[in-house]
Amino acid sequence: MEELIKISNLKKSFGKLNVLKGLNCSFNGGRVVSILGPNASGKTTLIKSILGMVIPDSGEIFFKGSPVVNTYQYKENIGYMPQIGRYPDHMQIGQLLKMMQDIRKKHSGLDESLIAAFQLQSMFNKAMHTLSGGTRQKVSAALACLFNPDVLILDEPTAGLDPLAAEILKEKIQEQKAKGKLILITSHIMSEVDEIADEVMYLFEGQVKFFMPLSQIKSSTGEEKLGKALTKILAS
Amino acid sequence: MMFKIAKYIIFDILKSKVLLAYTLLLAIICTSIFMADADVTKGLVSITTVMLIIVPLVSIVYATTYYFNAYEFTELLVSQPISRLHILMGKYIGISTSILLAFVLGVCVPIAVFAFSTTGLTMMATGALLTLSFISLAFWASTITRDKAKGIGLALMIWFYFAIIFDGLVLLFLFLFGDYPLEKAMIAIISLNPIDLARILILLQLDISALMGYTGALYQQFFGSGLGIAFSLILQLLWIVIPMILALKIFKKKDL
Repeated sequence: MEELIKISNLKKSFGKLNVLKGLNCSFNGGRVVSILGPNASGKTTLIKSILGMVIPDSGEIFFKGSPVVNTYQYKENIGYMPQIGRYPDHMQIGQLLKMMQDIRKKHSGLDESLIAAFQLQSMFNKAMHTLSGGTRQKVSAALACLFNPDVLILDEPTAGLDPLAAEILKEKIQEQKAKGKLILITSHIMSEVDEIADEVMYLFEGQVKFFMPLSQIKSSTGEEKLGKALTKILAS
Repeated sequence: MMFKIAKYIIFDILKSKVLLAYTLLLAIICTSIFMADADVTKGLVSITTVMLIIVPLVSIVYATTYYFNAYEFTELLVSQPISRLHILMGKYIGISTSILLAFVLGVCVPIAVFAFSTTGLTMMATGALLTLSFISLAFWASTITRDKAKGIGLALMIWFYFAIIFDGLVLLFLFLFGDYPLEKAMIAIISLNPIDLARILILLQLDISALMGYTGALYQQFFGSGLGIAFSLILQLLWIVIPMILALKIFKKKDL
């Protein structure tokens, strides 16, 4: 599978706090990669750097081979589902989806399967500020997949979803993976990572501690459960 | 792309009631002043006094508040394939169109009805420019700070400085250096305050500068001439462009 994202020597500090300390890694298509790490290890900063929301101090990010720091065209190929999706209060779900199509100038070849699966059509006239956290998450997920991006970045995707919706989203992730797309996920729920991820990237203090396939983590430690396997690796 | 973003922001603002309240406030003030006094010139002077306080205050506070309230929307836009320049300019166009609309309905329409004249037109133009420059300052205040409380605090300080403190400093300066000929220096100092620029332009149109003595005569000579008007218009434009350029520079490097 082709290499979609490559990150070389990425550094970022907020004031005196060095969050990313020369991070190197690369991600290929057709995989589900789970980014793990303790709080404040730089997961969110890494994701936000890839999305161009945080501007790195030094280092470069390559998307399909070309450097993309301080550019924006490449974001056409990325779908992002934030941890807490917040949208303009007065806007209705239908209007929001229309607006994003208008802004992205893409009206055909859309992937509306999640809108259907989450039954969002029946709520198209509801204003965003009246929605529950879970419904907002559904909208975020539908929006991330809508434009058929090559890369999906999901930040704590199932945190606010009901079990049924979480199952739908997991199926969607598997389907996207089969199409050769790259899915980056942060999650604190080990059983979920265990279920959907192919590879685990563990961040610690702004650097990659290890980056290996799930199967290798398990076989090298002899543990069946990811949580226990991780504890063993980190202890050694 | 800028105009698309502006379009959505205008729709969003028009749904809120704050701007409607501002329009009504301006309209009520202007109409009641004209109704209360038969002398149109006196009415224009009163409106100038009110306008030079309220318009900058509402423009800067409303724009800053809106900027921070729509912060999540900005985040959403930044994660989309749109340049940051277009995002901020789109916001600027959207917010300023909405506030200018309120100004047109609340001030320009009553003036056009009751006191349509060169003076009235000058008031409309300077008021609009003043609105734009304080929205620019609001964008600068919003991008340089990180949270809403600090942003609005800074916005209020900017307004307080230009509307009140600046005049105090000028008086102090005049008092301290009263023995020297200061008329030319005063013209330069006034350029440092968009509100004073607007005030002078309007007052000179009202032909009451004779009341201001020798200094007034000098202003009349300078600001009353074509060159002087061009000078003050360019300065007012600079007060719109420069804060916005600074805001764009900050926003391009800003972490969200």
